[in-house]
This record gives sequence, structure tokens and C-alpha cells, in this order.
Amino acid sequence: MTLFFAILFYVATALFVGGLAYKIYDFARTPAPLKIPTTPAPTSTPGVAFRMFREVALFESLFKGNLWIWALGWAFHMGLFLVLARHLRYFTEPVWTWVALIQPFGIYAGFAMAAGLAGLWARRFLVERIRYISTPSDHLMLALLLLIALTGLGMKFLMHTDIVAVKAFFLGLMVFDIQPLPAHPGLYIHLLCVALLMIVFPFSKLLHAPGLFFSPTRNQTDNPREARHVAPWAAQLEKN
Amino acid sequence: MAGPEIKAPAYREFPTVPALQPDSMVGMNPYVANEKMNEAIGFPGKLVDNWEQVAIAKMGELLTKYRSLKVYLDSCVHCGSCTDKCHYFIGTGDPKNMPVARQDLMRNVYRRYFTPAGKMFPKLVGAQDMTKDVLDDWFRYYNQCSECRRCSVFCPYGIDTAEITMAAKEIMHAVGHGHKYVNEIIGKVHKIGNNLGLPGPALEDTLNGLEEDVKEDTGIDVKYPLDVQGAEVLLVTPSADFFAEPHIESLIGYGKVFHAAGISWTLSSKASEAGNFGMFIGSYDQLKKIAMRVREAALELGVKRIVVGECGHAWRVAYSFWNTLTGIGAGANDPFAIELQKQLDPNYKQPAHICEVTWDLIQAGRLKFDKEANDHRIITFHDSCNVARGSRMGDYAGGQFDIPRNIIKSVANKYHEMGVGTTHEKTFCCGGGGGLLTDELIDLRVKGALPRMEALKQVVDQHGVNFMATICAICKAQFTKVLPYYGFKMGLVGGVHQLVSSAIQLGNEQ
Repeated sequence: MTLFFAILFYVATALFVGGLAYKIYDFARTPAPLKIPTTPAPTSTPGVAFRMFREVALFESLFKGNLWIWALGWAFHMGLFLVLARHLRYFTEPVWTWVALIQPFGIYAGFAMAAGLAGLWARRFLVERIRYISTPSDHLMLALLLLIALTGLGMKFLMHTDIVAVKAFFLGLMVFDIQPLPAHPGLYIHLLCVALLMIVFPFSKLLHAPGLFFSPTRNQTDNPREARHVAPWAAQLEKN
Repeated sequence: MAGPEIKAPAYREFPTVPALQPDSMVGMNPYVANEKMNEAIGFPGKLVDNWEQVAIAKMGELLTKYRSLKVYLDSCVHCGSCTDKCHYFIGTGDPKNMPVARQDLMRNVYRRYFTPAGKMFPKLVGAQDMTKDVLDDWFRYYNQCSECRRCSVFCPYGIDTAEITMAAKEIMHAVGHGHKYVNEIIGKVHKIGNNLGLPGPALEDTLNGLEEDVKEDTGIDVKYPLDVQGAEVLLVTPSADFFAEPHIESLIGYGKVFHAAGISWTLSSKASEAGNFGMFIGSYDQLKKIAMRVREAALELGVKRIVVGECGHAWRVAYSFWNTLTGIGAGANDPFAIELQKQLDPNYKQPAHICEVTWDLIQAGRLKFDKEANDHRIITFHDSCNVARGSRMGDYAGGQFDIPRNIIKSVANKYHEMGVGTTHEKTFCCGGGGGLLTDELIDLRVKGALPRMEALKQVVDQHGVNFMATICAICKAQFTKVLPYYGFKMGLVGGVHQLVSSAIQLGNEQ
């Protein structure tokens, strides 16, 4: 099993990093020929950075759109963020001070994450409009994330695993020195789901994460009268 | 019209989200453009034989040209924030009028042909082959989107359904499946110079008649000049302003403003149309060709300033796209744009909205008003979608909301806002934008107006509002037609410069 998970994580990491890098390159190389910020929009670059910050950290547009989705989605994402930060302890030796400091919060975050996911999933059944737009992959994605959260919490509170050995496994992976992974069903499910999530990330709607940064309605400055904005392919038209 | 009688939907007691009524608008079939119309503007005359391949190839091309399309097709997580935001969904309950569902009509095809997941597991991700049924749904439901961008305000990733709709229309044009109304109009703008097909001599007659009318009304010789070489301002306005009611009242107002301020101005018979339906069909090529008429007219007439009349999407195109398409603007460093920009006066915004011009003059104390002249009117303001969410006025973000309101409050005493959530960037489209202002879609147009009519009814009941001012030719035409279905008089809608026109004092500055 150790070898299986070692290979799985190498493959998953390669696909995740490579796939995501390719998608980001693909987004970046595609021009935005017209100025289409959703107005009112910032008129300066710092303004755009601030707007983007509010979108990324506070989900401002979603807040305007629907409070339920905002509350559940924000709880899930912020929970996930803290939980991920908490997990850095498995990859660093010695553990960074700030990672050590947030350890207790990471536990609450785990509950917030699971509660947010459960709520978001419930909406896919209970709200007619959202039921209509949900595809099987939308459900599976939530199932996957919820399974990760629940097995994680399970190992924290119900069925402990040898986390010192888990840490040795991941520290070893990082230097291509494979250490034994504890045999623990909860851990296996947890890691399997995480690897799966990493693999599907660049091929799925999880691309909303890099997508937001490339969204022309959010990242463009509202200055079309002051600066001429022409895409390379559009400039070609002027030469004819 | 044949068929069942068109009725307005009932007002909702509380603005709750409607229950889904699947396929309730499936019967809405916009007229397909004929061969002549399609070919006149450079598209295949009718559905080409291998249209599936052509459509997918076109989608592939657009994915390399438009970051918006690529990012938006990839990024949607089906969160549902947009689902209850579209006026057409609110009015019809048809789930395919939910913005996300409208996008999915294309996203499903995108997934099938352009993503590994859709190629390998189509059912899992809802991927779909490009079939005739899909094309029919596209034609139906992308012609039930007015490209008003309301959904994009509420999307956590800023996904703009208008971008998807435009891409879908471009693909449909590439396979020879255009919409009659829009293509006919684009043909006219190229052939005659404006959307309504009003030739130069008729335009001149109309303007002469207008001068006589104004003289009769006010005793003052206000001019409505056409093709005047060396005028300071070129005014480009929607052609409906030349003869439609209530549009023409605003045109009268623009002339009075220029007269009172002593600014020389002219209209152009070549660019006798501010509207640019090229945007509605997503065609950069058409967008540019139509906009180029304005550049050419400006160069020929040698004007120093370019000002745009009351028109929503025209102002979006002018404000956001003209600098890109034609060099009308500032800050260029290429010969094409510099040629024009060195002619234009850098002390003014280029292009400027007529409301910016009027408001600047008011602030400078160069216009005087008799506000009591508007006392018979209790006024509210409808933010036009393309102005609100696709453009700006003035020097700061949100100026497009304040400037028209400031003007109204400077020329009239009685003003009331409609409900929060129905104005500013959350404003509802009139229901006729985006190239849908055609008789065969009247059922859709009436239903799509529901949220605006509800907000209007509230201020009518509470404050006795009897005038809804707006700055868009399509809004004016749409409301004129739709208001009666909701029990209002069609004269309830009018322009901001109609109010200016009533109150402005002429001759004081002579």
C-alpha cells in the first residue's frame, strides 16, 4: 500500500501542477480584445487589486447574489484554507511558527468546512433551481470533498492514526525516500480522495480558482477612454 | 398578431423566485434571417451543409480569441447565485432562462469537444453533442438574452452571460443561422447609414421640420444642423431620436443645450446612428465596421468633440469599445488612432455622453432652468442596463448613476427613486435590449419587463410617479410598447433631455 500511495501522489502532483500550469498558461495567452469590466469598476490598478482581493477573500459578488450560498460557500472555502494551512505541518520540519499557532483553529475550520459542504450539497437537492442545474459531477465533487473532510475529522476525533509516521511518509516523498505509510482505512480513504481531487482539479470546474484571476469583468481597469486597448489579433485587422 | 393573446404576468405580491416552468418559452421562435440578409453582411445565406463541423471550428477559433469565453466556460461551479437574477427568468419561469442554464447550452457542447472530461465521460459532466436540437435551443434561448449583464454582477467569478450569448450568436452566424431583425438592421446601417433606414434627404427634412416646431414653441431659432463642416461637436445619436416618440423630445433637448451654451454642433448623415448592433451578434468585424462610420464622419467634418446621444448599448460601445475599434478616445501611440486623436480636443472626454456635456455645463453655470416647468411631472429614473453595467460617465466609478440623476434634479422638483435592488448596477433590463426589440418576441418582451414594472408600480402607487426617465432608445421604444400591457399609459416613459428640454431657458446666454 505504501508504494501504491507513493506512486499515486507522484502522479497526482504531476497532473495537478502540470495541468494547472497549462490551464493558467492557456488563460494567460488568450487575449481579451475588448474592455468589458462589469461597471462600476475601479479606474486604477490598485483599485482592481482591491476589487480582486474582495472577490477572493470575501466573495463580494456572491454576497450580493445570495446570502445562503455565500455563507455556506465562504465557510467551506475559509475552512478549507485553514485546514490546508494546518496540514503544512506534515510537510515541514521544523514546523513553521505560524503553522503551529493556527493548529487549534484548523480543527474548528474542519467542522466549518464539513458544515459548509453539507449545506451546499443539501441545496442541490432542496432548491428546485439548483437541482435543475446540478450535474452528476457537481454531486460527486461535493461527495469527494465531504469525504475528505469527514475522514480527516474522523482521524482527529474517532480513530487516530500514527500521524508521526504519516509525516515521515510525506517528508520522505518530498526527497524521493519512501517511508512506510500506516495501515489505516480512514487514512487510505482520506489520501485516495485527496489524490483524486488533485487529479481532477485541472480538468473540472475547480478551475474557478485560477479562472477568477483571469476574469475580464473583474480584472480589467475601467479606463477605455484614457488608454487604447487593442489585442494582437485585432491590431492585425488595422493593418489591412 | 396571430396566436393567443399576449398578457402581462401578474405582479408578484412578494418578489419571490418563480417556480420552474420547464419549456414555457420553447415556443418562442425568433425569425431566421433570409439568404439576402445574411449574405449582405458577409455570412453564409442559409444553414451550411456541414454546419456541425463549422460550428465547432468557430467555437475553437473564438476560444483562442476571447479570454472571457474560455475562462467563463471553464469556471462555472453551478453555485446558483445567478439563477434568479435574469428578468426573463423572473417573467417566464423557464429554467433555460436562468443565466447558468443559458450558458450551459454552450458549455455542454464545449465540454464535449474541447475538454478531456467531456470527451471521456460526457454524461458525468453533462456534455452534449452539437445536434440540430441543440442549435434550435441556442437560437431560441440565446435570442432570449438581452445581454444586459445583470447576472455578471452576482457571479462570484464575474461570468458574463452576455459574452457567451454573443459567442453563440457569432457561431450561429458562421453557420448561416442569423436572426432576421438584427441582420436586417445591420444591413440598413451599412447601406443607408442608420438602423431605421432613414436616407440623408429625409433626415434633412425631418431636422428642418424640427427647427420649425421648436421655433413655434419657443420663438427661438434653435438649429438642428446636418453635415456641417468644421462644427465643434459631432453628435451621434440613435436614429429613433429623429422621429420616434418620445425619443425626438430628447433630440430637441440636445439641440437646446448646445444652443443655450453656444456650442456649434452637427449631426452626420453618414453616421446618423449611434446604435451598433454588431455588438449584439458578437461580431468584432461588424462592431468595428459600424463604428468606423463615426470615425470617418469625424475626420471628414473636422470636429473637435464627439458626443453620443441617449442610447444604452451605443454608449457602451462608444465608451468602452470606440477607442479600441476606431481610435476615438485618447492615449494612443499608433498612427491609426493618432490621426484622429490629434484632431480631437484633449480638454474634453472623447467620446462624451450628452449627459456629461449637459452636467458639465450646468456645473459651470452655463445653463439656466425653470424647474417649475416640470412640476406636472413626478419623476423616477430607470438605469439602462448597458450604461449601468457596461460603461461609465464622469470621473469616478458610478458616475453613470449620479450624472443623469443630477441633471434631473437640476431641471425638475419632484423625483423619487425606485426600490433598492432594481436600480444602479442591479437595474433590470427593460426587456427589449440585445436585438430583441421585434414584434415576434413581444410575448417575451412583455414578460421580461415584469421586474421593472413591479418596481415602477411601487413608486406610482406610493408617490404618484407619472414619468419614468431613461437614457436609452431601446428602453424608450420597449416601454412605450409594453407599458399598456401593465395598465400604464405609454407616455409614462421619456428621456432625460426631454426634461431638460421642458425646463431650459433659451437665449439667456446670447
